[in-house]
Amino acid sequence: MDIVLEQVEYRYAANSPFEKKAVEDVTFKIPEGQCTAIIGHTGSGKSTLLLHLNALLKPTSGTVQIGERTVKAGRKEKDLKPIREKVGIVFQFPEQQLFEETVMKDICYGPMNFGVSEEEAKKRAAFWLKEVGMPEEVLGKSPFDLSGGQMRRVAIAGVLAMEPEVLVLDEPTAGLDPRGRREMMEMFYRLHKERGITLVLVTHSMEDAARYADKVVVMHKGRKVHEAPPRELFSDTARLAEWGLGVPEVVKFQRMLEEKTGKAFPKVCLTMDELADMLKLGGESL
Amino acid sequence: MMEKMIFGRYIPADSIAHRMDPRAKLIFVFAFIAIIFIANDVWGYVIAAAFTYISVKMSGLSLRFLISGLKPVMILIAFTFLLQLFFAREGNVVLDLGFIQIYEEGIRQAFFISMRFTLLVFMTSLLTLTTTPISITDGLESLLNPLKKIKFPAHELALMMSIALRFIPTLMDETDKIMKAQMARGSDMSSGPLKDRIKAIVPLMIPLFVNAFKRAEDLATAMEVRGYRGGEGRTKYRLLFWKARDTFALLSLVLLAAVLAAFRFWI
Ligand SMILES: Nc1ncnc2c1ncn2[C@@H]1O[C@H](COP(=O)(O)OP(=O)(O)O)[C@@H](O)[C@H]1O
Ligand SMILES: [Mg+2]
Repeated sequence: MDIVLEQVEYRYAANSPFEKKAVEDVTFKIPEGQCTAIIGHTGSGKSTLLLHLNALLKPTSGTVQIGERTVKAGRKEKDLKPIREKVGIVFQFPEQQLFEETVMKDICYGPMNFGVSEEEAKKRAAFWLKEVGMPEEVLGKSPFDLSGGQMRRVAIAGVLAMEPEVLVLDEPTAGLDPRGRREMMEMFYRLHKERGITLVLVTHSMEDAARYADKVVVMHKGRKVHEAPPRELFSDTARLAEWGLGVPEVVKFQRMLEEKTGKAFPKVCLTMDELADMLKLGGESL
Repeated sequence: MMEKMIFGRYIPADSIAHRMDPRAKLIFVFAFIAIIFIANDVWGYVIAAAFTYISVKMSGLSLRFLISGLKPVMILIAFTFLLQLFFAREGNVVLDLGFIQIYEEGIRQAFFISMRFTLLVFMTSLLTLTTTPISITDGLESLLNPLKKIKFPAHELALMMSIALRFIPTLMDETDKIMKAQMARGSDMSSGPLKDRIKAIVPLMIPLFVNAFKRAEDLATAMEVRGYRGGEGRTKYRLLFWKARDTFALLSLVLLAAVLAAFRFWI
């Protein structure tokens, strides 16, 4: 299922003195089965944009096509549930959405809202809890007795248990420790690779964008200013700086190396492994 | 709809009303609430409405904006209007619809009560629209200060109010966020039978309460580590200045009261 945004504009509190344009003239496509990263400075409209992907917000102008459905400005939409079933969103700080007495019940909440039987929902709960790296005995506990990081995992399991086709992640690792971050991202990436789930990832981490994305969309002041594969994007450091963005550490390192040795590498390396391979090759020919 | 509602919000601007001393504005509004009850005929309400209109002009806000912003409150007022219209049973029957009669007094009451209500809402909104929450609290504390002699907790009350006011927008944002998060999980708060809709509120209220308690705890800790120990001997960073315009505003109210009383008792 592709999602296509066309000239999407969103104004908060439209036609009131508090009107605030958060997103303007954004057009791009989220192709099925790919990982699309959205990066941009705080306040550039990333979260607002994400809310359009499952029709939680309707554009004030433009259209959003989600699979077969088209959400258009100014048109009343009915029965949005099928959209929300297919497009799951993990919000920033998802641990805030937990409310049930037990972890089991909380994970079952989403699937059961979409008509999954209780029995099946419980099965899914057990399965997805394990997937997010939590022990099974947690199922009977109150989510409020868990640590922050554990709550986050449970909340994510609650969205995954809906088994959406498209998984939208709004800074899913913000506030986690480095190891938790790595584990979490690896888990999403594995789901993406193994199950073909379409990923949309909003992130502040250039490393994550470089490592996981097939395509990176850059937002700046509510507009889409660039759209490119990571390798192309991160080879233009100066341009990124204009939008208040950096490049991954490994790219910085490569640039420093190039400067000191006076030799330009044939391509930008996006991960440490790539750079290591490149250096090995270079070492032989030097 | 929530984001358009202006009831209880502050709109920064530079107008006479904005620059007035918050104490004067508080007295002004409370006195107005009392004075409006003097009016009991059409002329009284026309004058009170004109007075309100001038006050709106002084605030630099447009009447259109106020009316559109107060629409949700207006619905409430319309409802009161109908209630009065159908349930007051005095005077002559004006209209007989068979199952219900509308009385002369009903029309009168409905008109006056909704008019009074409208003017009150406008005036109180003007107060909050032109005064930052923090100045309102400062003003209130300053007005209540004399009561400290009889052990009235003026400072604590003001502090509680300012904290409450400070967190209203935060709570609204949070409500919006959690609502969206649960909607993404398939909760449906805007359609379906009433029973289901009420059920759908639980996943919203619990996270809200949990967060509110957590925040209260954090705030208490933060205040404690910064050495907060009540209002005793505490000086103010923001000082209040009473100017001529504040006196004039209150005098205009005295005039309004006199005119309304004249209409009521002598004319
Ligand atoms: N509920 C809201 N009401 C009004 N303005 C908002 C709201 N949410 C976000 N905004 C504004 O919209 C802009 C984009 O915000 P957001 O989409 O959250 O950006 P990002 O996720 O990139 O940090 C910001 O200027 C923000 O202040
Ligand atoms: Mg955001």
